[in-house]
Amino acid sequence: MNGLSLVPAPSTELARKDFISSQEVKWCPGCGDYTILAAVQGLLPQLGIARENTVVLSGIGCSGRFPYYVGTYGMHSIHGRALTIATGLTITRPDLAVMVVTGDGDALSIGGNHFIHTMRRNPNITVLMFNNRIYGLTKGQYSPTSELGKITKSSPTGTVDTPLNPLSLALGAEASFVARTTDSDKTHLTETIRAAFAHRGASFVEIYQNCSIFNDGAYDSLHAEDAEGFLLLEHNRPILSASSRLGVVRASDGELVVAPVDEVGMESVLVHDAHRLDPTLAFGLSRLTDTGIIRRAPIGVLRQVDRPSFDDMARAQVDTAMSNNGASTDESIQRLLAGEDTWQVH
Amino acid sequence: MAEHVSRAVVRFAGDSGDGMQLTGDRFGADAAHQGNDIATLPDFPAEIRAPQGSLGGVSSFQVHFADRDIVTPGEELDALVAMNPAALKVHLSSLKRGGVVIIDESQFTKRNLTRAGYQVNPLDDGSLGSYQVVSLDLTVATKLAVADFGLGRKAVSRTRNMFALGLVSWLYSRELTPTLEWIAAKFADKPQIRDANTAALRAGWNHGDTTEIFAVRYEVDPAEVPAGCYRQIAGSHALSLGLVTAAHLAKVPLFLGSYPITPASDLLHQLSRMKSHGVQTFQAEDEIAAIGAALGASFGGALGVTTTSGPGFALKQEMLNLAVMTELPLVVVDVQRAGPSTGMPTKTEQTDLLQALFGRNGESPLPVLAPRSPADCFDVAIEAARIALTHRTPVVVLSDGYLSNGAEPWAIPSVKEMEPINVGFATTPNSPDGTFLPYLRDPETLDRPWAVPGTPRLEHRIGGLEKSDRSGSVSYDADNHDTMVRIRAEHIARIPVADAVVDDPSGSARVLIVGWGSTWGSITAAVRRVREQGHAIAKVHLRHLHPMPANLGEILHGYQKVIVPEMNLGQLTMLLRSVYLVDARCWSRVRGMPLPVGELTDHLVHEIKETTR
Repeated sequence: MNGLSLVPAPSTELARKDFISSQEVKWCPGCGDYTILAAVQGLLPQLGIARENTVVLSGIGCSGRFPYYVGTYGMHSIHGRALTIATGLTITRPDLAVMVVTGDGDALSIGGNHFIHTMRRNPNITVLMFNNRIYGLTKGQYSPTSELGKITKSSPTGTVDTPLNPLSLALGAEASFVARTTDSDKTHLTETIRAAFAHRGASFVEIYQNCSIFNDGAYDSLHAEDAEGFLLLEHNRPILSASSRLGVVRASDGELVVAPVDEVGMESVLVHDAHRLDPTLAFGLSRLTDTGIIRRAPIGVLRQVDRPSFDDMARAQVDTAMSNNGASTDESIQRLLAGEDTWQVH
Repeated sequence: MAEHVSRAVVRFAGDSGDGMQLTGDRFGADAAHQGNDIATLPDFPAEIRAPQGSLGGVSSFQVHFADRDIVTPGEELDALVAMNPAALKVHLSSLKRGGVVIIDESQFTKRNLTRAGYQVNPLDDGSLGSYQVVSLDLTVATKLAVADFGLGRKAVSRTRNMFALGLVSWLYSRELTPTLEWIAAKFADKPQIRDANTAALRAGWNHGDTTEIFAVRYEVDPAEVPAGCYRQIAGSHALSLGLVTAAHLAKVPLFLGSYPITPASDLLHQLSRMKSHGVQTFQAEDEIAAIGAALGASFGGALGVTTTSGPGFALKQEMLNLAVMTELPLVVVDVQRAGPSTGMPTKTEQTDLLQALFGRNGESPLPVLAPRSPADCFDVAIEAARIALTHRTPVVVLSDGYLSNGAEPWAIPSVKEMEPINVGFATTPNSPDGTFLPYLRDPETLDRPWAVPGTPRLEHRIGGLEKSDRSGSVSYDADNHDTMVRIRAEHIARIPVADAVVDDPSGSARVLIVGWGSTWGSITAAVRRVREQGHAIAKVHLRHLHPMPANLGEILHGYQKVIVPEMNLGQLTMLLRSVYLVDARCWSRVRGMPLPVGELTDHLVHEIKETTR
């Protein structure tokens, strides 16, 4: 069963325009969110699911406005809590495709608790986290992914906060689907989100997203050195930079390192296995991300393993219990009210 | 020959591990079963196993049973069972003069006495002279009774409570059969334990029968109650059943999101065992996730419910406000406990009324209801769900620790005769141009249409941002905001609430007593006493705290004096004064226990005399 198996098909053919709402989009010019919105609006009609059975939920922040712009059902909720709403919705409505849009502050700071617990439980939700490494909507304070020492409005002398690595965190929280993509590559973005929808369980996609106003160029260094910034994760393929000049190899002490392929030989480059049950290697790959200015980072589906989804298991318990009882009737409720121990007064 | 008494109050007290809750609960169930009206009051420490023999570790369970309608668990004890010196020390002052105190003397060792703060053994110093002391070596007697069952020392000691129950059962001329059947069912798969408990219970009963340790034996006749099928019910159970029944009446699934918290966890326990009735429960990672999941389920068309107590309720307020803004159904049950902060988790209080009404940012109106007795929790749960589902609004139910744990007999209502809840989901566009306007309201009720995901052509977006009247689109327009703030308030104000009913049999009362929630029992008992003393007094009890009954203002202004007894420092009093410009006076006790009936009676009589003068 894949992530969309229980979602009904559309009654008529859908197009991109069906997923554009009447609301005017109000992100800043040049914001990476536009690319992501366009990618999602282009992808949704291709998924074979009814528009009315698609739900987009969000928290607070620039990413939080996303649901208003998509012509499906949606809710713009409160800061950090969209995953909790998604969990209740997913448990009670297996016929819905539920997508949560969040940001680095929303998911990892105020919503950090919900993030780790949602990952470990594994409800059938697609989570897109727009990581711009800054608080945009509140006008430029540092976020939990901002690099150490970053000077912002709330850190005029530089931050003393060590940033989080979202992929490492998701893996540590037992996530079954962990991926990274970027707003600078629409095809990669679309295909990664498609894979996330197809996964049954919680799918976490970190999207490198540029904030053109408060953190412009945060990811420029990735593109600086002749297409050697991104390490491409593709299942069953050697992990190489786009130029194929760099590859990921295991050092003699077991650590993963990035090395020139012509020095180490193509045969020693690690072949990516996204379906490995043990997350240790995936964790090692997640650590290849720079923590300060990002010059190098793996991109693609880091991990995708089959694990029973939380909502499927929760519903199965109720279904099993109900199979003896059948649907509720006046009589079954009357028996419940009476319980085991009654007496009659005449 | 047994002496007939109209009512009796018995308290079982011992160490936290002595099984006093089970014993008291069983004695109460038995009394109810034999036709008495009952009210019970469990009282236990927050610690699971406080230091053995310490005053802080004493756990007790009080049972009031009578041959007539009673409304409180009683105050002055007729009989006290004290399983150790600490239990005696804590509870002796509640025993009336001449009352029976049953003591396990083997526990009155030097060590236990010191732990309880006794310099001298109270069994020896004459300090128990005004009571009927029944002191026996209950530990050894139990040991002998269960000697044949091969139990370990600890397991033997665990059957002491059944010996005590047997003894008290004899004292009040109770049949043992129902309790024997209960033991057989409870320990069906542990025959050794079953037989030992049976033997201990019988031994206790026989001890009373053969040793003449009691001067008198008592009998309490069955109460006159309306015909019907009855069961004993605790408030938490009644509330759970009410929620399940409401979902059935509305033909929607019931979803509970909850996080464990004393004293509300029982609701999560109860509902998680009702899966065969389609109930889905979710133990969340925290209070916020619990209400978030409930709201998510509501968004999808279920009856979303979350249950908590004061500190958890504080954490839920932001999500509750999202439910106010999105106008989605949600039931929030707050089982109030003594605060502020962690306070006294196992003790009862009514201190969250203002939090429920005003604990959120912005103008945030929502309906608030409070049950008045354990069985009333059932009706209030259905009423709350009905309002939430039909009017698309979050509703707060203010229960409390006493209501949740206390139990009483309940005439089981007929499901067939209950009014269905018509949710009326939106299924078609509501605008002439074929679009769907999620905030286009019913002109009478101001309820908005509720369209759930999966409904074609009604796709729409809602959220916490202010929205345009009718269309629901995001709006920062000043006039629109003013309109929406007023509409939200008016929407809740228009929810139909039954008129308040004044209880004033003489019609000549000058003093009105107004109560809400669980103080109903104490207030009713005090009012009875006041009237027995020949004074006129009128009484009103509120189930709806917001909106309040339309006739309440007129009622309040019809009396010279308005007295509001509360287990807080005057929260309802403040509301009545501000809303109705009436000189309402609070009478408050905040002791973590139901209001003391005797003190309240004296106060009311005093006030009545002052008014008549």
